[in-house]
Amino acid sequence: MSQADSFDDLRDLYQEVILDHGRKPRHAQRLEAFDATAKGDNPMCGDRVQVWVKLDDGTVGRVGFEARGCAISIASADLMAETVQGRSSADTRALFEAFRTLARTGACPDCAPALAEPMERLAPLAGVHEYPSRVKCATLPWHALIAALDGSKEASSE
Amino acid sequence: MNAMIDPAGLDVVRIRQDFPILTQTVRGKPLVFLDSAASAQKPRVVIDAMVQAMETQYANIHRGLHWMSERTTEAYEAARDATAALMNAHDRSEIVFVRNSTEAINLLAHSYGRGVLKPGQAVLISGMEHHSNIVPWQLLRDAHGIELRVAPVTDAGELDMAAFEALLSDGKVGLVAITHMSNVLGSITPAERIVSIAHAHGAKVMFDGSQAIVHRRIDVQALGCDFYAWTGHKLYGPTGIGVLWGRRELLDRMPPFLGGGDMISSVTYEQSTWAAVPHKFEAGTPAILEGIGLKAAIDYVQAIGYDAMAAHEASLTEHGLARLAAIEGVRIIGQAQDRGGVISFVLDKAHAHDVATLLDRQGIAVRAGHHCAEPLMHRFGLESTARASFGVYTTLAEVDALADGLIRVREFFQ
Repeated sequence: MSQADSFDDLRDLYQEVILDHGRKPRHAQRLEAFDATAKGDNPMCGDRVQVWVKLDDGTVGRVGFEARGCAISIASADLMAETVQGRSSADTRALFEAFRTLARTGACPDCAPALAEPMERLAPLAGVHEYPSRVKCATLPWHALIAALDGSKEASSE
Repeated sequence: MNAMIDPAGLDVVRIRQDFPILTQTVRGKPLVFLDSAASAQKPRVVIDAMVQAMETQYANIHRGLHWMSERTTEAYEAARDATAALMNAHDRSEIVFVRNSTEAINLLAHSYGRGVLKPGQAVLISGMEHHSNIVPWQLLRDAHGIELRVAPVTDAGELDMAAFEALLSDGKVGLVAITHMSNVLGSITPAERIVSIAHAHGAKVMFDGSQAIVHRRIDVQALGCDFYAWTGHKLYGPTGIGVLWGRRELLDRMPPFLGGGDMISSVTYEQSTWAAVPHKFEAGTPAILEGIGLKAAIDYVQAIGYDAMAAHEASLTEHGLARLAAIEGVRIIGQAQDRGGVISFVLDKAHAHDVATLLDRQGIAVRAGHHCAEPLMHRFGLESTARASFGVYTTLAEVDALADGLIRVREFFQ
């Protein structure tokens, strides 16, 4: 195999942003002080994630996570933690629904204009829709986050 | 072309022409199908046999008094004869058709486990079982007071024979239920030794042959075992049909598994009596078309011959092990001396799921995950591996494509 090999064919799903967040996640840590936490478990593939949330006056102040899984699930957890910071609980739920549509279909044509900016940040994960078995890798951390906000202890990917 | 004819004389080019799906492209690349251990592709003869039955000769079987039913019964029962011959069963009545290996083992756990084993006895499995040879015995343990013992696996991925024998020494084990070939490690277990040790301690032996049946000629009389389970779809046959072979005198002693039509001798509201073996275990309309397809698959495999298939897979496995071991950061899980065409591996830079997706992007189909063998994964300190597995149609060039693809994945994750 030539060293000059181009990786274009591999980048439709694994964009540089995903490789980077998968390799060096910024939010992969347990929060010392938190208001809610929940675990996400994907029994089909063994991916596990735990999410901690610190609320700040009704909004999501900070999110930390510990994940065991593939690059997609770790990158998704990291991008999620980054994106939901400072959002209300209702906003975070709306963003999850929009992200789920993006992951399943590759686009979110009916997304509220208010979500355009955060969706832009999550867009590198849109490629998972081409790989149905990997969609749940991307959505698992979100399920855990929503479970935490709901006061549940555990979430299971669909 | 000569490069495609391996030392066993198996003409892979010709064999590949028998499998229509192999001309497909995936994500714009020629399909490199290295997931046969999960389910094998189907040759034209299997496809045609099932289509032809539906188009020309199909009705429900066994009690029909009309021409179509009688011909279909003959075609379906011919599958039982072919299966008995394939396994060298003493008698065709020892072949029980089920849906798959999982159902075969559940049948055994239910009927032999509850009907013959007594509370206080034990079932001995190994540390490299598929969940289908773990969970049915847990259900039996919890419902019927049967102890479940597990014989450990060595670091090389072989059965620890000293520990295996020690677990039999108190004479409580009534049944050894053990894989004949690991779906994760590729290890082939020493079947004759297992049988002789188990029998010396008064235990019967069931082999889960789901993988082994694809790679080795299974002669149940030579093995000396008591039960043997396998599934048709891994042997180039259709899904939905599997086999439980058992010694006639043992099958006779076992109560039925499922109740219903076809498995009775007579029925009144007060009581029913059972049909003779094997029909006692075959309630309801069976997988008629799948049985006919299985017969075609067995004929296909027999025509190629197990010696040629085993030699072909051995050369692929040897080449695959050498190529993968030479890739920096690849760790092969399982180093058994005696092994079939299955290679599990992990890559230092990437999770097994990422490896599988990035190979898939290059048209290469491998499996990744715990392979329905979570306890074995934990034994090796892993959550998942990627696994390449070979079939009669696999070429050395495809094994090279896997190795080259893996090198690219590793460079990509640098």
